[in-house]
Amino acid sequence: MNVTVNVNGKPYTRDVEARTLLVHFLREDLLLTGTHVGCDTSQCGACTVHVNGEAVKSCTVLAVQADGMDVKTIEGMGTPGDLHPLQTGFWEKHGLQCGYCTPGMIMASAELLKHNANPSEEEIRYHLEGNYCRCTGYHNIVKAVQHAAEIMAQGGQSGQAADD
Amino acid sequence: MYPANFDYQKAASVDAALKAMADNPELKIIAGGHSLLPAMKLRLAQPPALLDIFNLEELKGIKEDGDFYVVGAMTTHADVMRSHLPLFPEVAGWVGDPMVRNRGTIGGSLAHADPSADYPAAALATGAEFVIRGLGGERTVGADEMFLGMFESAVEAGELLTHIRIPKGITASVYEKYRHPASHYAIVGVAMARHADGQIRAAYTGAAEKAARLPKLEERLNAGQDAGTGLVEGADMLGDRFASAEFRAHLVDVLSDRAAKRLG
Ligand SMILES: Cc1cc2nc3c(=O)[nH]c(=O)nc-3n(C[C@H](O)[C@H](O)[C@H](O)COP(=O)(O)OP(=O)(O)OC[C@H]3O[C@@H](n4cnc5c(N)ncnc54)[C@H](O)[C@@H]3O)c2cc1C
Ligand code: FES
Ligand code: FES
Repeated sequence: MNVTVNVNGKPYTRDVEARTLLVHFLREDLLLTGTHVGCDTSQCGACTVHVNGEAVKSCTVLAVQADGMDVKTIEGMGTPGDLHPLQTGFWEKHGLQCGYCTPGMIMASAELLKHNANPSEEEIRYHLEGNYCRCTGYHNIVKAVQHAAEIMAQGGQSGQAADD
Repeated sequence: MYPANFDYQKAASVDAALKAMADNPELKIIAGGHSLLPAMKLRLAQPPALLDIFNLEELKGIKEDGDFYVVGAMTTHADVMRSHLPLFPEVAGWVGDPMVRNRGTIGGSLAHADPSADYPAAALATGAEFVIRGLGGERTVGADEMFLGMFESAVEAGELLTHIRIPKGITASVYEKYRHPASHYAIVGVAMARHADGQIRAAYTGAAEKAARLPKLEERLNAGQDAGTGLVEGADMLGDRFASAEFRAHLVDVLSDRAAKRLG
């Protein structure tokens, strides 16, 4: 089946099998491998991307369901020279160790900061309940998100993200 | 993890979906896909053809009709959580995680009748009604007749759950949940609502083959007594590697007591 998905602002048309999960479409058809697969059970959140501005698990959405939609992945968040405040936050606060969960953490956190510019620790933990990290113990992830919120409050770096 | 392959089509309307299902009995409805796709990835389900109803506007959103709120079946958990419905927003806030709530739908969950799902307890406690449509017409099923068994609701093959009617006039409500730490599903959940006539209705989920009312608890609370214990004595409880049947029965008592105290 032919699908056209707008990924990070660019339309991509591909012929896919109906069973192609959005995460495999991103990773294998578009070679955007920043989005990870961490489980078989839709639980870990490593595959989190935005579809029409909402955080979803791309391993639990079919590519054909994303036809005509806007998808944003970690590749659309910032560049090495112009990091998104969340990327700066994870860097500065040591919010990652192996980094496997980080793209999903950042995409889920970005949704939180869109609705709540100054989340409490409790709100951050509640919002990241669908993102599992095997390494950090979460404390520094909370600090990273708080750091990003501070940067954004000061009107600091924008990355490419603030728009969706 | 790839599901087995299948045909896929988007439904243009409820009527078109009902017609397509009549023409092809193998057609499986996909709503938010957050129960169906995980099962398909593990190949626990291998439907040959999917009919997608997630984007049908006629099944989205919350309206009012006299003494009822009418919730479209394709309203997401996230939208339920942000709504002013009685009880359901608190319950929706316990479903999965934010990403699950952005895709999963209230109708998908209630039609699916997962014994560990949260909404069935809320539907029983609020006395919700279910609008179910088939090619032959529409029928309304009460909450007490909706949940028939494990993954078995009153929605039959060829039918669609289109709306959930939730009575207005509920003056207080609470949900208490003991959840599985990884899956977030209910190991036990207890929902409670005080209705316009002052009577309390209560129900539990997660602990048995299907969600059910708690008549002993309702009787005690409506007589002004405490919740007490032994609320599901004699009932057939689920036991698995997460929680034994005895533990689940105990949790029903504990969560009922907490819910009653919070309800006040
Ligand atoms: C990681 C994770 C955690 C979760 N945690 C919880 C939790 O804590 N509590 C909880 O309650 N749920 C939980 N869920 C399940 C989630 O709430 C699902 O969204 C819900 O069970 C099914 O709704 P859906 O719209 O995704 O339906 P789908 O998965 O699309 O459909 C489910 C079934 O219902 C049928 N169906 C769907 N809509 C209709 C309709 N309108 N009429 C007739 N049949 C229909 C489909 O054919 C299918 O058989 C979790 C899911 C995941 C992936
Ligand atoms: S890969 Fe684990 S939730 Fe998607
Ligand atoms: S940093 Fe390794 S899984 Fe989170």
